[in-house]
Amino acid sequence: MNPLTQLCEAALFAASRPLTVEELATLDPEATGADVRAALDELREHYEFGQHGVELVELAGGYQVLTRAVHAAAIERAQFSVRANRLSPAALETLAVIAYRQPVGRAEIEEIRGVSAGGVLRSLQERSLIEVVGRSEGMGRPLLYGTSPLFLELLGLRDLADLPKAEELTIALQPHRPEAEGPDDAEAYVPAES
Amino acid sequence: MMVRAAAPPTTALGAEPGFVVQLEAFSGPLDLLLHLLREEQIEIADIPIARICDQFLKAIHELGLNQAADYLEMASRLVRLKVQLLLPRSLDDEGWEDPRAELVRRLLEYQQIREIAQWMGSAAERRAEQLARGYLPPVPASPLPPLVLDLLAMLQAVERVIAAIPAPVLHRVVARPLDVEGAQRRIEALLEASSEISWLDALGPDPTIADVLSVLLALLELARRGALQLRQPAPFAPMVIARESAHPAV
Repeated sequence: MNPLTQLCEAALFAASRPLTVEELATLDPEATGADVRAALDELREHYEFGQHGVELVELAGGYQVLTRAVHAAAIERAQFSVRANRLSPAALETLAVIAYRQPVGRAEIEEIRGVSAGGVLRSLQERSLIEVVGRSEGMGRPLLYGTSPLFLELLGLRDLADLPKAEELTIALQPHRPEAEGPDDAEAYVPAES
Repeated sequence: MMVRAAAPPTTALGAEPGFVVQLEAFSGPLDLLLHLLREEQIEIADIPIARICDQFLKAIHELGLNQAADYLEMASRLVRLKVQLLLPRSLDDEGWEDPRAELVRRLLEYQQIREIAQWMGSAAERRAEQLARGYLPPVPASPLPPLVLDLLAMLQAVERVIAAIPAPVLHRVVARPLDVEGAQRRIEALLEASSEISWLDALGPDPTIADVLSVLLALLELARRGALQLRQPAPFAPMVIARESAHPAV
């Protein structure tokens, strides 16, 4: 393995959050973004073809080493780690409105959902899934909310463009395509099982 | 009929439910409305308002939601729509707009949000199957090692600390002891001279606060010992301090 690949692997192992290419490039003053990207590709293939228990996942604008989904149940049973709590329907609906309408104020969220949103907004803010991104020019200058990087992390999205497009939604409850992959990195993202 | 409402709140008949607990089954009035439409297999764009309005009212009553503001607001909207549609209108009315249009728009919008929410929920579930490295909370700062210093160094440190205190201002507490014994002697002397004295007699000329308190305590003490009698002939009348004849003051 390339020394830079080893270094990236060590950094991704040490960090408890996704690291961006720019952040990883600070590991080595000689390394360019392209070098880091090549190293990440090598690391991904290494995990993929060496049949490892972990894989390199691209999410929230960065990269993170995560365990493969097949191992989650056993790890949780042994109480070494826990899966994140599920979000309530009210929290998910509120997040959906914010994700698609951001920056958005509380009044608009309540109008769309037909219920008051104060409590849900507070708990989403406490979980750092949303953040205040500004104030509206309207009366009382209400707070405007947007989604946080942690929101992308929680959903396993690379960025907001990974959310389903509005035009794909017209028919309700359509089974969703597993991953929105660009054509360039499609072959690198072989599903875990195969 | 309410398949999704696993546990409707049990409110005793006739009892006033003062507080409404929102059911997990429905995340809001629009959700309930969509549920009713789905159950009746009705297209959102062509809602039979009168029927849906009645069903909505019945449902929120059954579910004990008829006191939740969000549901009540939707109920009143539906009733208003029903009334608007019942009003007669001329057939050639060109400018007539379907009053349901706004409701239909909101329902479609909400349905889309629901669909996104569902997608996001399963995305989060898929993501939760992959675990990141365990988060370890930062180790709390360990206690400082034991101090090693001699007496001189410590005294110098104390001096430095004291020197750093800006001009110490100390509040002096002035002791003003009450002279209860003196007051007792004075009252006893007065009662030797006359069998009855007044409160003002007992106080003497120009009493200070300490004097007043001393006399009061002395009077109470002497009365407790039975050395004198305290009498008040009428409400708010001046206190009469009388010699106790049976037990003459010592």
